[in-house]
Amino acid sequence: MEENIITSGRNNHLIDPVLNVWHWEIPLYLFLGGMAAGILFFASLQYLRGKAEDYPSAVKYAPLFTPIMIIVGLAALMLDLKHPLYSWQLYTIIRMESPMSWGAWTLMLVTPLSMMWAFSYVRELFPKIKYPYKWIYTVEKWCQDIRTPMAWVLVVYSIILGIYTGILLSAFNARPLWNTTILGPLFLTSGLSAGAAFILILAKKKKEIHLFTEIDLLLIVIEIFLITHMIMGYRAGTAAQIEASEILLGGKYTIPFWVFAFGIGLILPAILKVLELRGKKIPLLVPSLLVIFGSLMLRFIITFAGQIT
Amino acid sequence: MAIDTLKCVGCSDCVVACQVENDVPVGYSRDWIREITVGEYPSLDLEIRSERCNQCDNTPCVRTCPTGASHVVEGGIVLVTHDECIGCGACIESCPYDARYTHPEGYVDKCTFCHHRVVEGQNPACVEVCPTNCMYFGDLDDENSEISKLVRTRKWKVLEPETGTKPQIFYLK
Repeated sequence: MEENIITSGRNNHLIDPVLNVWHWEIPLYLFLGGMAAGILFFASLQYLRGKAEDYPSAVKYAPLFTPIMIIVGLAALMLDLKHPLYSWQLYTIIRMESPMSWGAWTLMLVTPLSMMWAFSYVRELFPKIKYPYKWIYTVEKWCQDIRTPMAWVLVVYSIILGIYTGILLSAFNARPLWNTTILGPLFLTSGLSAGAAFILILAKKKKEIHLFTEIDLLLIVIEIFLITHMIMGYRAGTAAQIEASEILLGGKYTIPFWVFAFGIGLILPAILKVLELRGKKIPLLVPSLLVIFGSLMLRFIITFAGQIT
Repeated sequence: MAIDTLKCVGCSDCVVACQVENDVPVGYSRDWIREITVGEYPSLDLEIRSERCNQCDNTPCVRTCPTGASHVVEGGIVLVTHDECIGCGACIESCPYDARYTHPEGYVDKCTFCHHRVVEGQNPACVEVCPTNCMYFGDLDDENSEISKLVRTRKWKVLEPETGTKPQIFYLK
């Protein structure tokens, strides 16, 4: 039976003809937040294991970039707000039901911690650095002294930050493509994977390169499993989800999703990493950049495709 | 609210009345008309209905709002406090009816069931102007109200029931 729906009298900006409220700012933030969370997780974990000297890229070098990633991400979020002068209202209340609320509070904690963590390692990289004021040395000493408690907080909150980026989207049952509990674990895995890839770009020690190549390969395999599981979930879901999944299975976002996010972003780097572990010479930068690219594409495609459904 | 789909002719008076009463910015609307044709010519079935925020009982917009700007007031109407809204768009994404939009001034806006009129004992503007009297507004908790009787005696449906929002606009069939 054919059904035709005509809507008249409504042509609201960004709502009609299809919902398009969130633009590039949101997926960019989801990506940067996820990758920073991944780096901070590995940094704090390896620090707590007492392996800071074995894995310097993870513990010392890569985290130097996390405050930049988070700040750029937050700036993107601010750009997205339509009433930004009131953004302080986020911090007048904790709303447990709203993922965005606990995301805001998590960022309130993780952002300064990422800065303090990075700052505590600046001297190891630039031993001769001089600061203009005395109190900066006091702060530096303090940051170095509290690395262990910082690492304990970060190891937990980096996971929360990573998974929240997915839960944020999955909490909308009006958007069936997002409304899957797989999205939280998927974005967390993707963030950890991008974090491991970023660590690899800066890694020099053989032992560290080997470990993070293995970790990244494992994460890619988990991601492939989660994506398969997600698609199967849609197909076995409600009418709304079956219809929504069409957008990735023949619809508008089929090629971006399967070629860019899945093929170039997961399968190709996975093959390169297997070859690398078998002793083939692969430039380290290539699979890492592919993984980071795939992680970025995944956020963009899921955010844009989900709004249409 | 109850809307009789057998009486609605889709004249859009409700849309215009709302825009005037609530000073809705040009190019925006808080309510709209939907016409659904089912079947193939010549055996067609047409339903016309006036749609707006469903003032849900289980509100995804209030749930996802990070600041508490979206809230439910006594009586069940969902409102947005302009000074608490940061314009993040979470409520717009969460609404299965696409009933919300960002006001040009930055905050999120939507149908209020003309709360300012309701507190004075008047009907919402759309209900007041409807030339076919297809809309009924009242207290569903009062079993003697006209709307309660209609919902008890007539067949009705709500929109997107599968999203679990428990919408409070009943479309009489």
